[in-house]
Amino acid sequence: MRWLDRIRVRVEMLLRRGHAAQQLDEELRFHLERQVAEYVAAGMSPEEARHAALRAFGNPAALRDRARETWSWSGVESVLRDARIAARTLMRAPGFALTAIGIMALGIGANIALFTVVRSVLLKPLPYQDPERLVSIYEGDVGGNHPEWSPYLPVDAGSMKDWQQAARGIADMTFASPWQQYNLSAEGGRLPEKIDAAWCSWNFFALLGVEPVLGRSFAPDDDRPGAQAAVLLSYPFWRRRYGGDPAIVGKSIWLDAKPYTVIGVLPESFVYLSKMVGTPIQVWTPLNHEAPASLLNTYEDHEFIVSARLIHGATLTGLVERLKVVQKQIVAAHPKPAVHNSVAGMSMLDDAVYGYKTPLYALLAATGCVLLIACMNVSSLLVARSAARARELAIRTALGAGRLRLMRERILESLLLSAAGGALGLLLAWGGVRWLVQTRQDMHRVEGIHIDGVVIGFAMGAIALCTLLAGLISASGSGDRQILASLQESSRGQSAGRARAGLRRALLVMEVGLTVVLLTGAGLLLKSYQRLRNSDLGVPVDNVLTMHISLPETRYKKPEQWVAFFETLIARVRALPGVQAAGLVSKAPGEGWGGDSLMTVVERPPMRKGEATDMMVRGAEPGYFDAIGIPLLRGRLFTTDERLERAHVAVISRTAERTFFPNGDAIGKHLKNDFTGGVVEVVGVVGDTRWYVSEAPQPTLFWPIYGNNYSVATIVIRAQRDVESFAMPVEKLIGQMDPDLPVSDVMTLREAIGRSTTDSRFDSILVLAFAVIALVLAAAGLYGVLAYLIAQRRTEIGIRIALGARREQVTRLMLGDGLRPALYGLALGLGASALVTRLIESMLYQTRALDPAVLGAVSLILLVVAAAACLLPAWRASRLDPMEALRAE
Amino acid sequence: MGKPSDLVQGTLDLLILKTLSTEARHGWAIAKRIQQLSGEVLQVQQGSLYPALHRLEQQGWIKAKWMESETGRQAKFYSLTTAGRSQLEKETASWERLSGAINLIVQEG
Repeated sequence: MRWLDRIRVRVEMLLRRGHAAQQLDEELRFHLERQVAEYVAAGMSPEEARHAALRAFGNPAALRDRARETWSWSGVESVLRDARIAARTLMRAPGFALTAIGIMALGIGANIALFTVVRSVLLKPLPYQDPERLVSIYEGDVGGNHPEWSPYLPVDAGSMKDWQQAARGIADMTFASPWQQYNLSAEGGRLPEKIDAAWCSWNFFALLGVEPVLGRSFAPDDDRPGAQAAVLLSYPFWRRRYGGDPAIVGKSIWLDAKPYTVIGVLPESFVYLSKMVGTPIQVWTPLNHEAPASLLNTYEDHEFIVSARLIHGATLTGLVERLKVVQKQIVAAHPKPAVHNSVAGMSMLDDAVYGYKTPLYALLAATGCVLLIACMNVSSLLVARSAARARELAIRTALGAGRLRLMRERILESLLLSAAGGALGLLLAWGGVRWLVQTRQDMHRVEGIHIDGVVIGFAMGAIALCTLLAGLISASGSGDRQILASLQESSRGQSAGRARAGLRRALLVMEVGLTVVLLTGAGLLLKSYQRLRNSDLGVPVDNVLTMHISLPETRYKKPEQWVAFFETLIARVRALPGVQAAGLVSKAPGEGWGGDSLMTVVERPPMRKGEATDMMVRGAEPGYFDAIGIPLLRGRLFTTDERLERAHVAVISRTAERTFFPNGDAIGKHLKNDFTGGVVEVVGVVGDTRWYVSEAPQPTLFWPIYGNNYSVATIVIRAQRDVESFAMPVEKLIGQMDPDLPVSDVMTLREAIGRSTTDSRFDSILVLAFAVIALVLAAAGLYGVLAYLIAQRRTEIGIRIALGARREQVTRLMLGDGLRPALYGLALGLGASALVTRLIESMLYQTRALDPAVLGAVSLILLVVAAAACLLPAWRASRLDPMEALRAE
Repeated sequence: MGKPSDLVQGTLDLLILKTLSTEARHGWAIAKRIQQLSGEVLQVQQGSLYPALHRLEQQGWIKAKWMESETGRQAKFYSLTTAGRSQLEKETASWERLSGAINLIVQEG
């Protein structure tokens, strides 16, 4: 029980320090009175007795202090006292304090902001039940037609059914096809719109562990071809479109002009994200009811994502290995070029943030570097200050101040700076996170980003780390061995403070090194971004507007109706005043995948069975080539008359010509679709285009959109200027032709490119900003160290000049002194960059991780900045008046 | 003048604990008692006494209580705790061993 008593006494002492002090006074007074009484009893006069008692008593203040020291909390009291001293010392040098706090705030703030993002986006579990056992399974095509393709490709229905059987006992599987769209009809005064949708197996939500907030989830009976059409709504869609109507379950909505019964509404927290799905899915429909039978029974059309829940004890690797065996058997049984030969998987969380992981961790690493640099800079400032206070410290040490006590002061000083910096940094981070959420609406899970308790904890951790780092580095420079030296040194100022300057130089080398790494990273990302911006789509991108329509097959049943609709529409668009040219295409350049087929040349059958070349396939209307600006190189374009059953003609791109007809004899030859068996005649060759801005041009085939089963089209409009202003008139035109038909993806080609380069721009600009901060800090550090060194060497310089050294010699000497750490740092940084940049290779576009131009530019910039930072102090040194410098002693 | 507490710290603790073993006393009475029992040889300085008392209280060996003194004034009375009692036994034993040893040497010489 004794320890309990002791704690009680201590707590009492802490809480009632004032009271205890009063009691102590009371106790001592009592003692004094008894002493006086004793002396009086011995015969002294009261006055005499009092004096004698006081004499015997000694110094009451000292006695009181000694007694108080035994109280356990005297430690806290003295720390508080030291903190007050440190605060006062800092306030005496507001310039220093503000600089240091500002540096710390930048470093800590950037880190808090990035940590918040990383935590919310990459680390927070998905809103499913036991999400850590959920995995996504993809197909891979090792050694296939597209070595540049990702190792994670969508899955075909055939494989996925075989997999489901094979996975029994280690995982449950479910499927979804999340890139579907529906035309939602106008209803009750609401406009028609195109909505993103997903088909899924009936067990999809059960497997994820998601319960609808209204109604029910899919049942096996919904998920068959003959079932009544059912649909589940996402929460945001239900709120937006139906105003959160609580009686929505059981009502019908019209998708592609067919009625669907709403069976439920998904919870607000539910999101479905994967590397292939970025836009929020608004409605879910049962897969077997929606997908055509041909798609559900083939191994060659890859339209699905597989999600699996591992049973306890099973691993992702185990599952993938088992599926790989199955896939090998499938490839053996179906030796077709479109059958994928491999299996790959990752956790669903990794899938949801695929493509954001590397950039975010790279940014976090960059902010980590900035924080380290900030710490070094502040500790360098502290070292400089302690050097300036060397004499004071030496005297205090000589008078008996404990080493720990002095170190504690130093650490308290750095704690005050870090804490103030951290508080300011938290504010900065708050603003930064808000800015980031607004800028990066496209980023997955961005809506979940906010500052919470864990982030505050992280901030505390960052502050503690900075305190220790900055405080200890600066405190380590003041050992008491040097007392005598500093006392002597400060009276004779020749080679003063060498040791401390050495420490600062070492810090500076590291600082410059980190700066070089950041600059290199920023340079590589900027160059990639530049390349991306300038990558040639193959067509002029200014003043081109694109908008998408899709004709529902329930209302437009026959291909003749589609052709008629498209023909009328494009004629009316062309007639709009101000439209320079307009055309129709199934998918415009730079706006996405848009369909591909495996093709062979009829005149030259492949050597081996199963060999075919993948081509992008586009339906186009003859006016499209002129409207978008694709040049005709050879032969002719197809005509408007080559439609419907006469539509078996095609023009191919230059890359396609080079791939299929290296001798340049394409015209008149025939290409055969490996899957459908359809044959087209090549009539012309046109220029290359890119389907996505960062992807190389693919062999492309254009054939008439009038026919060839196209019920979707992208309208392409070119105008002299203000092409955006044509969106409204065209939408009105379409509304006149069919009020239920929604128009989607209205954007200019510029915007389409801008969207695909958002993250590249974002990453490169942020890293550049961090690199610039680092560069400024490093330059300030260089300046500071050199200015300090020169101040220390005034006498020496004075003697040199007095003995006849020329001004430029002095400048060169000092400049060399200042530049040396920059050079060492540069070498260190370039070495480190060589190791580190490999990690961001996946973020680069047409740029090598060790790009000599970038490395050269970084070295040059660093040297120029370093020289500029050193020039002023070096020049000042050369202007030194020798008489004055020598007399100052 | 050296710090008396440094010289006799261990011993002073022992003396205080011993004095308190019979009854609770206030600081003044403790000093007087030590002086009296030692035949006026040991004069306890207030400068050592009160810090020692407070230290012992922090250690949990003695506890304090405000009570009316013999003059009718409120005074802080210290008394031994159970832990203090066993501490007193330990310190007494170690003192006897130490002083016995010193005696052996001094008398031999």
